[in-house]
Amino acid sequence: MNGTEARAILELLEGNARLAAEEVGRMLGLDGSEVGAKIRELEERRIIIKYQTLVNWERFGDEKVSALIEVRVAPQRDVGFDAVAERIYRYPEVTGVRLMSGAYDLAVFVEGSSLKEVSLFVATKLSTLEDVLSTTTHFVLRSYKHEGVILDDGEADRRLVVAP
Amino acid sequence: MKNDGWRDYLNPVVRDMPPSGIRRFFDLASEMAGVISLGVGEPDFVTPWHVREACIWALEKGYTMYTSNQGLPELRNEIARNLAGRSGLQYDTQKEILVTVGSSEALDLALRAVVVPGDEVVIPEPCYVSYGPVSQFSGGVPVYVPTSVADNFQVTAARVEKALSPRSKVLVLCYPNNPTGAVMEKKNLWELAELAQARDLIVVSDEIYDNLVYGAPHTPLAAIPGMRDRTILINGLSKAYAMTGWRLGYAAGNPAFIEAMTKIHQYTMLCAPITAQMAAIEALKSGGAAVARMVGQYDRRRRLVVRSFNDMGLYCFEPKGAFYAFPDVSATGLTSEEFAERLLLEEKVAVVPGGAFGPSGQGFVRCAYAASMEDLSEALKRIARFVRRVSSGRPGREPLAAGR
Ligand SMILES: Cc1ncc(COP(=O)(O)O)c(C=O)c1O
Repeated sequence: MNGTEARAILELLEGNARLAAEEVGRMLGLDGSEVGAKIRELEERRIIIKYQTLVNWERFGDEKVSALIEVRVAPQRDVGFDAVAERIYRYPEVTGVRLMSGAYDLAVFVEGSSLKEVSLFVATKLSTLEDVLSTTTHFVLRSYKHEGVILDDGEADRRLVVAP
Repeated sequence: MKNDGWRDYLNPVVRDMPPSGIRRFFDLASEMAGVISLGVGEPDFVTPWHVREACIWALEKGYTMYTSNQGLPELRNEIARNLAGRSGLQYDTQKEILVTVGSSEALDLALRAVVVPGDEVVIPEPCYVSYGPVSQFSGGVPVYVPTSVADNFQVTAARVEKALSPRSKVLVLCYPNNPTGAVMEKKNLWELAELAQARDLIVVSDEIYDNLVYGAPHTPLAAIPGMRDRTILINGLSKAYAMTGWRLGYAAGNPAFIEAMTKIHQYTMLCAPITAQMAAIEALKSGGAAVARMVGQYDRRRRLVVRSFNDMGLYCFEPKGAFYAFPDVSATGLTSEEFAERLLLEEKVAVVPGGAFGPSGQGFVRCAYAASMEDLSEALKRIARFVRRVSSGRPGREPLAAGR
C-alpha cells in the first residue's frame, strides 16, 4: 500500500471513525483485510491516536464552562517549555495545551462545571506553578466550529428528488 | 371551447413532444417521504463558500444590471484561461466565447444556430434527455445511435457512420457521459474526429463533466487536430463547481458560430444573470482546490457504488467520469422501469430507469453517487436487500450469484 492510499484511509477515518475497514476498502478500491492491517499498523504507530465522538453537550443540556488561558512562563534550561507544559497538561481539568508564538507562551484550554470552578483552578493550580509568570483567562461564550466541524445544523439537502 | 381545444393551436412539434421520462419518475418520487435519492443529476455539495461570498459581495456593491450580451469580459477571460490551462485550447475572448444561462442554453443556441428543418442530428444514446427534443424544436430530425455496455458505452465511428445520410449535419457528443459515466477512449475519439471531418459534420460537444474524471485527464474534442473550428464546445459551472441553480454555462467555438449563437441569445435572453457571472469569475479564478476536493470524494463513492453493485450480482461497468453509475439490472428479471418503481415503493430509494435516456438504456438504471457517504451506504444496503428479495422470488432460478 502506498502513501496516498494510507493518507486516504486516514482522511476517511478522520471524517467518520465508525467506518469499517471493509467499507473503507470499498471506497478506495482496496482489499478490506489489507485496509484492516494498515489501520492496525497506524494505530500501533500512534498515527491514529484515538477514536472519539464529537458531542454537542450544550444541546444535550449540560452547562459546561470552558476557558482559554494565556499563560506566560519562564522557560527552563534544557527542557524549554516542555517541562512546564507537562506539569500543566497532567491536570484532568486541562483539555488542551499548545505552545504559541507571540505575546504569551502556552494556550491552555480548561473545562469545568462552573465559572467558579474554572477560576479557582486557574488561581490555585495554574498561576501558582513555579515557572508560570502570569495568566489571562478568557471564558468561552459560545462554540461555533470545532475541529473543522460547524456545530450548527448546517445546510439541508434542498435538491429535488429526481433531476436530469 | 373545451379547454383541450386550445391544444389545437399549439405547434405540433411542441404539442406532441413527450415530457421527459425523468419528469414522470420525479412526480412519483417527490410524493414520498424518507426517500434516499440517487436520482439527482447534480452535486450534493453546496457551492463552495468563497464563490457564494463573491456573489454576496457583488450584490452589496450593486452589481445588479445587464451585462454585455456575450457576458462580462473578465468572465470570458477566465473561461479562456481555464480552457487554455487545462487543455491548451486557445479561444479569442472577444469573438469565440459566449456566456449563457446554463450549458442548457448554450446547447439550444448551438443547435438552433446550425440546424435547418430536415437536417439530421446524430445523437449517440443513452444520453442526456434534451439533445433530441432541442433538435426537434428547430425542425431537426434526431437520429439516435445506440451504444452498448459490451463496448463500455463507447461511441464508435463505425456505429455513427452507419447512421449517416446526406442530411446528417450535426453530431452531438457528451463525454464524460450522462447517464453512463463513460469517457471516450482516445482511439475512438480520434476516429470520430476523422469521421466528422470526412463527412463534414459539425460536432456539438457537451463536456460539462470534463472536470469530473477519475483516470486519464479529459481530452476536449476541439483539441484534436482539425476539430477546433467544427466543434462547438459546450460547458458550464453547474457540475464541477456545484453551481446548478446559478444557471451559468458557456459555449466556445469559431467566430461564425459564436456570432450566430450570440444573435439568438441577444434576442431571447439578453445576458446571463450578473450575480451568477460574478460568482463564476471567482469560481474559475480560485475554485480549483474545491473542485479537486469534490472530485476526490466522488471517486471514493464511485468505487463503493460500483463494487457494491457488482457484489450484488448486477454488472456495473466502471464509469471513469461524471457522477453516475449505470448498473445492468436485467439479471433481476425486471425491466428498468419495474426495477426503479419497485425499488422506490418497497425500499424508498430513487434511481432513474435507463430507458429514460434512450432505448439502449433499457435494462439499466442510473444511480447518481452525488450523495453523502451515509446516504449512499444506506441506499446500497436497501438495494442489496431488494435485489436479494426480487431474485429469490423468481421461480426456477438460483438467487443471483456475486460477480459476472
Ligand atoms: C450532459 C449534460 N449536459 C447539460 C446539462 C445541463 O446543465 P446546465 O445546468 O449547465 O444547464 C446536464 C445537466 O444535468 C447534463 O447532464
